[in-house]
Amino acid sequence: MAHEGDPNDPNRRDFIHIAAGAAAVGAAAAAAWPLIDQMNPAADTLALASIEVDLSKVQEGQQIVVKWRGKPLFVRYRTPKEIAEAKAVPLADLKDPQPDSARVKPGHEQFLIVVGSCTHLGCVPTFGTGEYGGWFCPCHGSAYDTSGRIRKGPAPLNLQVPEYSFLSDTRVKVG
Amino acid sequence: MKLSKTLIAGLASVLCLTAGGAALAAGGAEHPRDVDFSFEGPFGTFDQAQLQRGYRVYKEVCASCHSMELLSFRDLGMKGGPFWDPRWPNPNDNLFVKAIAAEFEIADIDSESGDAITRPGTSADRFPNPYANDVAAAASNGGAVPPDLSVMAKARHGGADYIYSLLVGYVRPPAGLTVGAGQYYNKYFGGDLTSAWSGDPHHVPKGGFIAMPAPITTEGQVTYDDGTRATVDQMSRDVAAFIAWASEPKQTERKQTGLAVMIYLALFSVLTFFSYKRLWKNVGH
Amino acid sequence: MSADHESTYVPKSAFERWMDARLPIIRMGADYAALPTPRNLNYWWTFGGILFLMLVIQIITGIILAMHYVPHVDHAFASVERIMRDVNYGWLVRYVHANGASMFFLAVYIHMLRGLYYGSYKAPREMIWILGVIIFLLMMATGFLGYTLPWGQMSFHGAVVITNLLGAIPVIGPGILTWIQGGFAVDQPTLNRFFSLHYLLPFVIFGVVVLHLWALHTAGQGNPVGIMIPKERLKQDTVPFHPYYTVKDGFAILLFLLLFATFVFFNPNAMGHADNYIPANPLVTPAHIVPEWYFLPFYAMLRAIPDKFGGVVVMFGAIFVLFLLPWLDTSKVRSMRYRPAMRWFFIIFVVVALGLGWCGAKLPDEMVFSLGEGSNGQPIGMNYLWLTRILTFYYFAYFLIIMPLLGLRETPLPVPDTIAAPVLDHDDAAKVPAQ
Repeated sequence: MAHEGDPNDPNRRDFIHIAAGAAAVGAAAAAAWPLIDQMNPAADTLALASIEVDLSKVQEGQQIVVKWRGKPLFVRYRTPKEIAEAKAVPLADLKDPQPDSARVKPGHEQFLIVVGSCTHLGCVPTFGTGEYGGWFCPCHGSAYDTSGRIRKGPAPLNLQVPEYSFLSDTRVKVG
Repeated sequence: MKLSKTLIAGLASVLCLTAGGAALAAGGAEHPRDVDFSFEGPFGTFDQAQLQRGYRVYKEVCASCHSMELLSFRDLGMKGGPFWDPRWPNPNDNLFVKAIAAEFEIADIDSESGDAITRPGTSADRFPNPYANDVAAAASNGGAVPPDLSVMAKARHGGADYIYSLLVGYVRPPAGLTVGAGQYYNKYFGGDLTSAWSGDPHHVPKGGFIAMPAPITTEGQVTYDDGTRATVDQMSRDVAAFIAWASEPKQTERKQTGLAVMIYLALFSVLTFFSYKRLWKNVGH
Repeated sequence: MSADHESTYVPKSAFERWMDARLPIIRMGADYAALPTPRNLNYWWTFGGILFLMLVIQIITGIILAMHYVPHVDHAFASVERIMRDVNYGWLVRYVHANGASMFFLAVYIHMLRGLYYGSYKAPREMIWILGVIIFLLMMATGFLGYTLPWGQMSFHGAVVITNLLGAIPVIGPGILTWIQGGFAVDQPTLNRFFSLHYLLPFVIFGVVVLHLWALHTAGQGNPVGIMIPKERLKQDTVPFHPYYTVKDGFAILLFLLLFATFVFFNPNAMGHADNYIPANPLVTPAHIVPEWYFLPFYAMLRAIPDKFGGVVVMFGAIFVLFLLPWLDTSKVRSMRYRPAMRWFFIIFVVVALGLGWCGAKLPDEMVFSLGEGSNGQPIGMNYLWLTRILTFYYFAYFLIIMPLLGLRETPLPVPDTIAAPVLDHDDAAKVPAQ
């Protein structure tokens, strides 16, 4: 049986074997990456990751619903009364405290854009119903106010406000 | 010695593999002209200016009849594409792409009434089909459906060379050839003209009858923004390049990755070879 | 080479002892690594390893493609193009899978030719060979099914031609045809089931490969000299599989991958057919329907027989004759290294097989050579139909006539007693065997 240091021992860790082994590891890693990355969202999915919404479609006091990233998006044009109500709520009353100003863009407070998915278990809340004038979720009775914040019911968080920006006064890019 | 026998066997097999395909070139057509496109060869890349001109030709000449339904507007803005701009790494945001998309009307449903409407395109949309369906396409084109151009460069032997040749190949039919109504003689289009030929049966002209009249006929048919002279030859070249890009937008990435892979594999092989030699040095075999 | 070698594995850690008592896979791995392998194996022996790698590559890339492919007649073609354009690295996975099928067949043909030349099918290795032919049949089925999936013109019309072959079987043919198609023509039901079967068969292949390797380890590895290695000569005539053959196989695999990469990255559609980039149209038949190159020899034989069912019989017969090989060859000598007469017939056989492939790509009426025209205007000479018939005749004659007869008649060269003998002849210095 040959021992370490014997030039005939095939298990001797010659540099060349280590180099070849390292190259093999590199090749395996380089080959593995595309196999993993292909499961990431494809270009056509990413294309729909952001949408543009024409706000001139929305009437005051109403909302439109658009599909965004597979879910409904509520784009609501609030009346001055609704805005005032939203601002007047003390933060201490809120399960998930957030001032109204943190949920809209300055200069465009009349538009409230939220993801139409109840933060409890994901049902789509109905517009304008419920005690607080915002939305009401028929599944388990969560009630949201005119800023989309949870006021009553089992939902833990306010309706999610997505990333969006105003391209012009009548056009927003969401996502 | 044994190793080289393996290589020779491999090479012989490779020749047979490619021969299988080459042997089936369309019967009777003139071999396509060889054009020196910038994207040919292992190091080829697309010339962005040519792609933009080619897109122009597609839009103004071809798009009225030929769909390109597998191509999305946003693809125009991807890396290597005609309207790629580093300001917008995400091609969905590319302003040229959005403007181009808005030029097309896309069929959609009114979100309130549910009626069928058309609306201006967005970058996420695909190029629309000018016809509602194949039956309408055939009815408007003398019974022949204008083929979709999305992968046309891969769907024909000769690729971009063939497309270019076809576009400039509308020559006057030789005397003795009976050309039917709605048919046009093109010497690069496949077909067997024996039955329409009244001349010497041993010299049947090459080519075939195509249902499309020459689409690019006059100089200046399209006005190029970059001031390039729009000759028939130039427009044909440019649109062939554009279709070649549309058929495989990842072509350049493929070749560049390939170069890196080949270099790595070659180095890796050398290392492994020496590792092998070292191992077997004192072993008789 | 004897298969009854003891396991030399000794578990070294507590974990290894624990595993060894419950599921001895570490022992199995260590035994495979230490497996005494003849030391004179040449590069023709590396194709087994290459094939295993290709099977793994095809399965992995195939599973990934199946995450994105849609097996519906209206969406299949577009879903493949989506993979090419939108899926991250989709173009790479698709081209690897498509070219991988061709490389898989290239390797399997070389592997089979090695078997023919070195008598690897002869006793006691008949089961290895038979399992191998089963793997080959499964590969052909898998390749056919896979080619239909992109639903291009060749996919569709190729499916029509091949399923109609089954319709040629007398009496039960039409019933089987409808059953396979799931309808009156190749259509959505056909595509869907072809996808399901294409996903299934590679795992069946994997299972048969396991059996193939088990049979190999039972009978023992062959070698270029073609002699069995007795137990007492294990030390002089063999080396442990790892690292000697793992590294040699690795090197051969890298060269194979270099060839594979030139296709995938620089000429990915060379082995395919342009017509398959035209979406399938049942109402328009392509000018020349051709299968992929690896089916061409069999396709040629199919068309050479005027009777439709006869053509099917001959085509499948060409593969079934391989099952009989261990019993058709009467030679006492395994390796053609020592059978110079047979070697010539083998070389002709390889040329004939390549020729059949060439003929498969041609139209039967096309002329191989023409010596002018007869009085009726028809060319005089040989057309591909007759060339194919001549080549097909040789193909069957090689197995059914030449192999049985020549084995009894020929005078083989003297076969060495041991592996070491020819090694010491060709390397001057006396080499120290490794242990």
